[in-house]
Amino acid sequence: MEYAACRVVGIEKAFGPNRVLRGIDLTIPAGKITILMGANGAGKSTLVKILCGVHTHDAGRMELQGEAFAPASPSQAIDAGVVTVHQSINDGIIPDLDVASNLMLDQLNGSDAGFFINRRKLHSEARRIASAMGLEIDVRTQVADLGVAERQLIAIARAMAKEPKVLILDEPTSSLSATEAERLFKLLDHLRATGVAILYISHRMSDIRRIADRIISMRDGQISGTFENQPLDYEGAVTAMLGHALTAVDIDVADQGDVVLEMKDVRLSEAGAPINLRVHRNEVLAITGLLGSGKTKLASILFGLETPVSGEIWLNGKPFKPGSPQDAIAAGVFMSPKDRASNGVIADFDITQNLTLPFTARHAPFSFLSRNSERRKTVSMIEQLGVVCQTPADDIGTLSGGNQQKVMVGRWMAEESELLLLDEPFQGVDIRARRDIGRSIRKTAGSRATIVFAAELDEAFEIADRIAVLYEQSLVGEHRNEDVDLGAILAQVSGQSAHDGAPQTSPAEVSAP
Amino acid sequence: MTTDTQTSQPVPPQIDRSQTLVNLGIRYGFLCLLLGLILFFSVAAPGFAGPRSAAFIFQSVAITGILALGVTCTLVVGGFDLSIGSVATSALMLSAYMMVVLEQSAFVAVLACLVMGAFVGLINGLLIVKMRVPDLLATLGMMFLLIGLQRIPTEGRSISTGMTLPGGETAEGTFSAAFLWLGRHRFDFILEDLIPVPVVVFLVVGVLVWVFLELTRHGRLMYAIGSNERATALAGTNVNRYKITAYMISGVMASIGGILLAARLGRGDIASGNNLLLDSVAAALIGFAVLGAAKPNAFGTAIGALFVGVLLQGLTMMNAPYYTQDFVKGAVLVVALMFTFALSTRKRGGGH
Repeated sequence: MEYAACRVVGIEKAFGPNRVLRGIDLTIPAGKITILMGANGAGKSTLVKILCGVHTHDAGRMELQGEAFAPASPSQAIDAGVVTVHQSINDGIIPDLDVASNLMLDQLNGSDAGFFINRRKLHSEARRIASAMGLEIDVRTQVADLGVAERQLIAIARAMAKEPKVLILDEPTSSLSATEAERLFKLLDHLRATGVAILYISHRMSDIRRIADRIISMRDGQISGTFENQPLDYEGAVTAMLGHALTAVDIDVADQGDVVLEMKDVRLSEAGAPINLRVHRNEVLAITGLLGSGKTKLASILFGLETPVSGEIWLNGKPFKPGSPQDAIAAGVFMSPKDRASNGVIADFDITQNLTLPFTARHAPFSFLSRNSERRKTVSMIEQLGVVCQTPADDIGTLSGGNQQKVMVGRWMAEESELLLLDEPFQGVDIRARRDIGRSIRKTAGSRATIVFAAELDEAFEIADRIAVLYEQSLVGEHRNEDVDLGAILAQVSGQSAHDGAPQTSPAEVSAP
Repeated sequence: MTTDTQTSQPVPPQIDRSQTLVNLGIRYGFLCLLLGLILFFSVAAPGFAGPRSAAFIFQSVAITGILALGVTCTLVVGGFDLSIGSVATSALMLSAYMMVVLEQSAFVAVLACLVMGAFVGLINGLLIVKMRVPDLLATLGMMFLLIGLQRIPTEGRSISTGMTLPGGETAEGTFSAAFLWLGRHRFDFILEDLIPVPVVVFLVVGVLVWVFLELTRHGRLMYAIGSNERATALAGTNVNRYKITAYMISGVMASIGGILLAARLGRGDIASGNNLLLDSVAAALIGFAVLGAAKPNAFGTAIGALFVGVLLQGLTMMNAPYYTQDFVKGAVLVVALMFTFALSTRKRGGGH
C-alpha cells in the first residue's frame, strides 16, 4: 500500500439528534487523486468541514503523515498542511485585487510580513508560484476581469502556495465548461505528479473518469464502497452511492391515460441531445440522474423559470410556453421545488398559511381571507398526508423535516392540477414520511400527470410507473417500473452505456443486500 | 441532511412556569409597560390624565404614525423606505406651491401630493425590483433627490402668501380654508373641539393598513415575501408587483403626512419635518415588540408611535428639558429591539 498522507479512523459527528457521520474510515494516499462521491446529505461536506477545521468531530481520530491531526480552526488545518478549495469560487479569491495579491494573500497575512508591501517582491514571488503551477496569467491583472475558470485556477494556485500535503477540492468543476475543466485537470495531473494527496469531491462522471485514481462512495454517513483496482468500477461506485436497497413497496403499474405533456426535441443545453418524452394522465413518471444531469433544469423549464435551448412543449394538445410560474400555474402545471428550506417553507407562517400559499385567492372572497375555508382545506390535507402536528395553526418550524415536506407537497396537491412536478420530494425526509408522501401521490395520480424528479434510485422505484434517466442533459433511457433491469438503469445513470455501449453488469453485482 | 426519525406523536411541550412567564412577557410586556407609564404619569404629573392631554398626545404622534404605517408596509415585504421623510416634506412644499403660487384649489393640491407620493413610490419600487438597487440605497438616493428638488422652485425659501417669486412677482395665492381644515379642525368628542382631523386620519389609516395586512390575501402574500421571497415567487406570486405596491403605499402615506403637516403649519416651511424619517422608522421598529410579533405589524406600529408620544408628553409635563427627547426615543427603541430580538428568538429557537 502506498504512503498515506492522511488517515481518518472511526470519525463520527452528530448535529443534535442527526448522526451525520457514523464511523468513517478513510485514507488519502499521497500522489493520487481520491474521488469522494455521495448524494446530497450523505455527509460529504461535513467530512470535508471536519478535515479543514470548520467542525470538530465527536469521536474517532485523524492522522496527517502519521501524526495526530485535530484542527480546531481552518487556519490550524492550513498550517498543518490540509488546504481546501470550496465549491463557491468566490470564497477562494478576492476579485478587487490583482492576481499577485491574491496568490500572496496568505503570506501578506503571515506574522513575518512587513507593514509596507514590497510590490516588486510580491510580483516576482507571485510569478514564481504561477509558473510552478503552469499558469500563464499576467500577475498584475485584476481578478475581477478574469473568467470563472481562471479564477478557479487562481484559487487552487493560492491554495498550493501554502505547499499543502493534502488538497481538498469541493466540486471544483460545477461552474466550468468542458474545456475550462480540462485546464484544471492538467493542473491536477501536475500536482499529482509532485506527490500531493488530492481529495476530489464531484458528481460529474466525465470528470471522474478523467482523473480518478481511487473512488470512495459515501451514503448515509458511512463509507459504502472503496474502489481502487484498475480499471475502476464506476458503475459500482454509483451503485454504492445511490444505494439499491430495493424497498418493500410494490408498484402496480397503472394504465396510461391520454397524453398530458409532450416534449418534442427539447434541448436542455447546447450540449444536450434533443429530448422526446410523453407523460400521460394517471401516470407517475420518475426522472432520475446524477446532480447536474438536467433534472432541475427540466423542472424549471416546465414551470416557466427557464426556457429550453430549442424544441416544443405541448400540454393537453396545445403549445405550452410558460414565461413565469404564474403562467404555469394558470395552465395547471404545479411544481414543488427542491430544497424546501430555501425554496418552499415560509418560516414565519404556520401550517395553514404555508399550505394555502399558492391558492390564497380560492380562500379569499373579495380578497378577504376566510380562516375557516383555509382551515378546512388544511385539515383535509393533514389527514390525507398524515402530517404529525397538534393543530393546523402550529408554526411550520415546530414540525420535523418529513412533516414540513408533507406540507410542501400538500401545498400543491390541495388543488387539482394537469401536471404535477415534484423536484426531490423526499429530500431530507425519514422513511415513514417518504412512504406517506409516496402513497398520497400515487393515490391521487388518476386525475393528472405526475413527474417526480429524484436522484436516488430507490425513491424512483418506490413511486413511479415509469422511470426516465437523464445523463448530462440528455435522455438516455426509459423503463417501465416492472421487472426493471437495475443494472441497465445504473449503467445509464453513470453514463456507462453512453461510453461503453451496452450495459455489462451482471445482475448478481447489483442485487439488493 | 436532516433525516428525522420522528415516528411517534410529538410529546406535548413541557409547560413549566418560567417558560409561560417568558411567553407572557414577550406577548404583553410592552403593552404593560405602556399602561404602567400612563399610570405613573397620571399620578406623578398633574394634568396628564384627561381628554385634552390624551388628544395632545395623539396629535403629536399622528403624522409620524401615518408615515410609520407606510414604512411598515415596506418592512413587511423585507424592504425599507428611507425616502418617506423627504416625500412628506416634498408634499408639504408641493401643496403650498400649488395653492400659493399656482393658486389652485385645496382639492387639486391634495390630489397632486397624493399622485406625487404614489409616483415616488413607483420609482423606488422600480429601482429596487427592476434595476436591482438595494432598497436602502435606492431610497437613500431618492431621499437626497427630493430634499434637493423641493427647494429648486423657490430657490430654497419657504412658501407663504406674499413672498417674492424668483421671477420678481409676488405670490398672491392663499392656503384655502378647506385645506387648513385638514390640519386645524377639531371634532367634538366628550369635550368640545377635542379631536383634530390628523388624529382621525391616523386612526382611519391605521385601521385600513391593519385590515389590509392582516385580513386580506394581499397582506398575507406580502408577509410571505418578507419571510422567504424565493419560495413565495415559486408559489406563483408576482413578487415584483407586491414590492412595488408596498413602496407606493409608503409613498402615498408619506404624502398624506406631508399634507397634514402643511395644513397645520399653514405655510410651506422648508425647515419642518426634519425628524419625520427617524421618528416614524423608530415607531415601526418599536412595533416589532408589541404582542411579541417580532415582525412589522400595523397595530404594533401605532402602539409604538403612541408609546413615544406618551413618554415625551409625560416627561415634558414633569419638566424634563426638550433636549432630552431624542435620548428618550433612542432608549425606547433600544429596549424595544432587545425585547424583539433577544426574547423572541428564544421563543422561536425550538424550530429547525
